[in-house]
Amino acid sequence: MDALDQLVKTFFDWEAMAAVLPKMITVGLPNTLILAVSAGVLGCILGMVLAVMGTSRLTPLRWLSRIYTDIFRGVPAIVIILLIGLGLGPVVRVTTGSTNPFPLAIFALTLMAAAYIGEIFRSGIQSVEKGQLEASRALGFSYGSSMRLVVIPQGIRRVLPALVNQFIALIKDSSLIYLLGLIASQREIFRIGNDAAANTGNLSPLVAAAFMYLLLTVPLTHLVNYIDNRLRTGRPEKRQPDDAAALIGKGAQQ
Amino acid sequence: MSEFAAGSLTGKNLHLSFGSNHVLRGIDLHVEQGTTASVIGPSGSGKSTLLRVMNRLIEPDQGDILLDGRSVLKDNPDELRQRIGMVFQQFNLFPHKTVAENVSLALRKLRKLPAEQARAEALEQLDLVGLRHKADARPANLSGGQQQRVAIARALAMKPEVMFFDEATSALDPELVKGVLALMTDLARDGMTMVVVTHEMGFSRNVSDTVTFMDGGVVVESGPPEQIFTDPQTERLQGFLSDVL
Repeated sequence: MDALDQLVKTFFDWEAMAAVLPKMITVGLPNTLILAVSAGVLGCILGMVLAVMGTSRLTPLRWLSRIYTDIFRGVPAIVIILLIGLGLGPVVRVTTGSTNPFPLAIFALTLMAAAYIGEIFRSGIQSVEKGQLEASRALGFSYGSSMRLVVIPQGIRRVLPALVNQFIALIKDSSLIYLLGLIASQREIFRIGNDAAANTGNLSPLVAAAFMYLLLTVPLTHLVNYIDNRLRTGRPEKRQPDDAAALIGKGAQQ
Repeated sequence: MSEFAAGSLTGKNLHLSFGSNHVLRGIDLHVEQGTTASVIGPSGSGKSTLLRVMNRLIEPDQGDILLDGRSVLKDNPDELRQRIGMVFQQFNLFPHKTVAENVSLALRKLRKLPAEQARAEALEQLDLVGLRHKADARPANLSGGQQQRVAIARALAMKPEVMFFDEATSALDPELVKGVLALMTDLARDGMTMVVVTHEMGFSRNVSDTVTFMDGGVVVESGPPEQIFTDPQTERLQGFLSDVL
C-alpha cells in the first residue's frame, strides 16, 4: 500500500496541483494559445503559398516549395527553435531593443508548421478532379481565378481534419519554446508546470499541465472526427427521381 | 426566331501532338451559324481533344480557329472561352456551391453582375432547363440527368455564341439520357450553333445538320446525316456504323 500511496502522491498531489492551477490558467493558457494560434494562422498563410507553388506549372516554383518543405519538415522542432531563437535573438535585440522571445518563437513554429500545412493543402488541391479546373477554365476563368474560386476551396474542405491535427501538434510543440528562456509572465503551460514540479520535487504540477493540454487537444480531436463525419455524410446519397423528362425544354421553346 | 448570339465556327488544319502521339492530324471542321455539327467516331479518335483545341483549353500546334470568320488564336483564350459554352461528360459541376451559384458564378465574377441580378439570371436559366426548384440544392443531391441540365444552364448563362457538348449523355443512366437529349434538341432547333461529340447515333442523325466521322486524328468522312448514315463512302465509316448501329 505504501508504494501505491507514494505513486498517488507523486502524480496526483491535489494540493500541489491546486497551487499551480491559477497561474497555469491565467498565464500559461493564454501564452500557449498565443503561440499556437499565431503560428497556426501564419503557418496557414505561408503553407498556402507553398501549396500553390507546389502545384504550379512552373518548375522552379515547384522546386523551391519542395526544398523548403524537405528542410523544415526534416529537421527536429527543437533544432529549429534553438537555431532561430538563439541565432536571431541577438539580431532582434540589437535592431529593435526587444528581448521578448515570442516573435522569434512564433516565427520558428510558423516555419515548421508551414512545411506540414503546405503539404496538407497541396494534397487537398491535387485531390480535386481535373475536370473542375477544366470546367472553370471553359467558362472563361483564368488559371488563377479557377484555382482561387473552384479548386482551392474544395481542396481545403477535404483537408480540414488534417489541418486540425496540425494545430494540435502546434499546441504541443509550443511547449518547446521554454528553451529560449522566458520571464515569469511569458511562461506557457508546460514551463509553469515544470517550474512548480522542480520547486516542490513533486510531479503533480506537470500532470496538471498534461491535463491542461488534454483540455485543449481532446475537444479538437473530436472536432476532427465531427468535421470528418460531416464531410462524408454532408453529401447525402438520397437521390430524387429524375422529375424532368416532361418539364424539359418546356421553357426553351417559348 | 433565334434568341442566341450565335456565330459560325471553323477549325482549319488543326494539329496537336502529345509527345510522339499525334492526336490531331490536320482537322478541318466548319459549323455554320445556327447549325449543329455532330462529331462521331471510335474512342481515342481525337473527338474530345478536338473540342478542347477549338476553345483553346489545349493550344493547337498548328492550324487556325475562326469565330465568325475571324481568327481567334491571338485573342486572350479566357475571353474566347467566355464566348464558347462547354458541357462535359462528367458534368463537372462545382460541388461546394449550390445549383444557383454554379450558374451565377461566372456572371458575378466575369460579367461583374451584382449578386441579386446574377441570381435572377441564373434562376431564369434554371427555369429553361426545368430545374428552378433545385436552385438551392447541392449538385450531389441531384440525379445525373439533373446535374447535366444544370451544367447546360451554367454554360448558357454566359450567352455563348457556340456550345460544345463532349459526350454529354455518356455518363448518364439510360433512363436519364432522353431528358438531356431533348434539351439539346431544343437548343439546336432554337438556332444555337453547336458542336456535339456523341455516341448517340439517333441524335446525330435526326438533329444535326452535318456529321463528321473522325478516326485516328483525321476526318475520314463528313456530310449531311442522310449521306453519312445511309450512304457511307469509306470502309472505315461502314465498319464503324455496323458496330454501333
